[in-house]
Amino acid sequence: MGAYETQGFKLDNSGKRIVVDPVTRIEGHMRVEVNLDTNNVIRNAVSTGTMWRGLEVILKGRDPRDAWAFTERICGVCTGTHALTSVRAVEDALGILIPENANSIRNIMQLTLQVHDHLVHFYHLHALDWVDVVSALSADPKKTSELAQSISSWPLSSPGYFRDIQNRLKKFVESGQLGPFMNGYWGNPAYKLPPEANLMAVTHYLEALDFQKEIVKIHTIYGGKNPHPNWLVGGVPCAINVHETGAVGAINMERLNLISHIIDRTIEFIDQVYIPDLLAIASFYKDWTYGGGLASKSVMSYGDIPDKANDYSAANLMMPRGAIINGDLSKVHEVDLRDPSQIQEFVDHSWFKYAGANDAAGKGLHPWDGETVAHYELGKNAKGTSTNIEQIDEGGKYSWIKAPRWKGHAMEVGPLARYIIGYVQNNPEFKEPVDRVLKKLDLPLPALFSTLGRTAARGLEASWAVHKMRYFQDKLVANIKAGDASTANIEKWDPSTWPKEAKGVGFTEAPRGALGHWIKIKEGRIDNYQCVVPTTWNGSPRDSKGQIGAFEASLMNTPMAKADQPLEILRTLHSFDPCLACSTHVMAPDGQEMTRVRVR
Amino acid sequence: MKPRAMSTSDLDYRCDTLILGIGNLLWADEGFGVRALEKLHADWSFRPGVRLLDGGTQGLYLLPYIEGCRKLLILDAVDYGLPPGTLKVVRDEEVPRFMGVKKMSLHQTGFQEVLSVAQLRGWNPDSVMLIGCQPETLDDYGGSLSDTVKARIPEALNLALDTLYGWLAKPLRRTTPPADLTLDSLALELYEAERPSAEMACRMGDGRFLGGAA
Repeated sequence: MGAYETQGFKLDNSGKRIVVDPVTRIEGHMRVEVNLDTNNVIRNAVSTGTMWRGLEVILKGRDPRDAWAFTERICGVCTGTHALTSVRAVEDALGILIPENANSIRNIMQLTLQVHDHLVHFYHLHALDWVDVVSALSADPKKTSELAQSISSWPLSSPGYFRDIQNRLKKFVESGQLGPFMNGYWGNPAYKLPPEANLMAVTHYLEALDFQKEIVKIHTIYGGKNPHPNWLVGGVPCAINVHETGAVGAINMERLNLISHIIDRTIEFIDQVYIPDLLAIASFYKDWTYGGGLASKSVMSYGDIPDKANDYSAANLMMPRGAIINGDLSKVHEVDLRDPSQIQEFVDHSWFKYAGANDAAGKGLHPWDGETVAHYELGKNAKGTSTNIEQIDEGGKYSWIKAPRWKGHAMEVGPLARYIIGYVQNNPEFKEPVDRVLKKLDLPLPALFSTLGRTAARGLEASWAVHKMRYFQDKLVANIKAGDASTANIEKWDPSTWPKEAKGVGFTEAPRGALGHWIKIKEGRIDNYQCVVPTTWNGSPRDSKGQIGAFEASLMNTPMAKADQPLEILRTLHSFDPCLACSTHVMAPDGQEMTRVRVR
Repeated sequence: MKPRAMSTSDLDYRCDTLILGIGNLLWADEGFGVRALEKLHADWSFRPGVRLLDGGTQGLYLLPYIEGCRKLLILDAVDYGLPPGTLKVVRDEEVPRFMGVKKMSLHQTGFQEVLSVAQLRGWNPDSVMLIGCQPETLDDYGGSLSDTVKARIPEALNLALDTLYGWLAKPLRRTTPPADLTLDSLALELYEAERPSAEMACRMGDGRFLGGAA
């Protein structure tokens, strides 16, 4: 490919090539290759999805009312969000309206996922990109206590409490068992926190585990189980019976109160621990301004969390909706998921092939007309074999992820995209917290367009989401007290009531970003189904014009402290919470090395 | 680490003895721990306070169950480079360290972490015991236990029962079959009987994915 310019980035693949594979541990379906210049600055980035999903193929010919249960299994982490998107797509196609209680419960389920996902991501998957665990051993517990008390009123902050945890950690490290902290790049100069901040963060890492187990109980109450709770086309599958007669297993006052209690405790933890930790960590990385990528150029959100049921207009959605392109913050564009010219997927650099007349360079298909036919072939300059790739050729096909584009633009999606859009729309729920953070850290607005900005937006959103859970829980209880116990509308449950042919689209804002499912139904069966997931947007490969995706763009121009320790690469990619990824630190099958890093 | 930040329903997780089978049934001998647990459950009952749990490949979701018990017995397939089918028993402090020596599946990484995190958070059990079995075959998706590994289940359970007697878990041989521990569709006989042929399941390498390269 040589050197060329796209979206304001100068790509040059002539320098030393670094391969990181897998970027992730538990799922392990992502690979990144970068080229460094002589100063170890990233000048080219190539992101590859290494796993075939293929759910679209499985869904063909099935009952549309079952689609949620299949699509939900796309991911074991953002469990539920695909199911919600799926039931919305089917309801859209068939004109099914859901009761208010179902809307409130669905919103609580979706917000629970946001909070759970953001909290787990920050503490258990991303924190170790910023926090040096071994450095915590040299912290002064008294000073750690002073630090903790200076930033929060959280009660677990005595010197003895921190000393206790430090001692346990010390014993652990001395016995040679780093456990969850094994194989980090401890001591890498890219770590900037003082020992006390590291000890505080490690302590909260351990505390956050209590919350993740509590929060998911909301899914088990409204959805029967977690992961992968139950959903229903036409509403939610849980009956409400506050009188406790006649219905076994229905939601009663005791269950509603338990959820209420969990919400309150979670609000405390997020506002008194997560947010102060985030600000404390960020204050030491103010100089690390890399990783913005497309954030300052092109971002998109479909919007989500309808206040009233069945109204998916931007005005009724509590999460912002719209698109910003070419860095023009003065205009937020309308996004229409039905318009065949807006959202299209390209496969020029993806291991897929379109059929017949669609098999042409630069051909994009709207998801309603989407095709999922695998076509695996490596570019002619790839090194290695087809089953053991040593080096990708980004000039050819190189990913199992398609390249979605909005009106031809590669877009970043996710919490940062939502906050940028909410900010420029002057929505106070999004603008004010951002302004507060920037003021507190004494940073200008462009600082938001960075790896750290992405991490900060996720934290702010966790707080926003848990307060909205309170709102919808109160709304639900008020509605029940007013005598409405309805949770499902089954008027159009029977396929005999459906039209011969129908098509619909459902969307949500998943923790990782804009998520859409497009469905075509023919004679009661799924004729075509396409999912365009947030990581399809962010992890997109190049298109026929050579435009790069959000992951690729975010790595550009980042200097690496050590070429053989890809800490900066992981830090930035993890800030997207990539769905291909489940984990911060990477373990090869023999457990000994953190990731397969090769320098060529 | 007390007081805990949240403890609304820690009681749900509490038991004094936890017998945990872990592994992935879909990857041949990876399923050893869960299959051994199923057999233990099918033949034996225990006094109240003893819980049998199919941990599957869950990672941190198992943490509250671990922290809620005083005695923990783990059944799992573990690679320590011995002849296939060899049983290996490890106790107490050696267990998480042992599990970290050489991982062959990602869920073990996860589980070793769970044990370490529990310890870091102050979990201080009376006893931990791991009964591991060296696998013969792992990379056979949809396959069942190899004959070699399957043949070691009775001996593994004898080892487990010896310890459980000592832990006063009061094993009693059942006279009537219990309710299933795992999903019917995953029951060993059905799982083995309904396996499609290699050709039908494209287990020989799928041309749709590898194109001309297969």
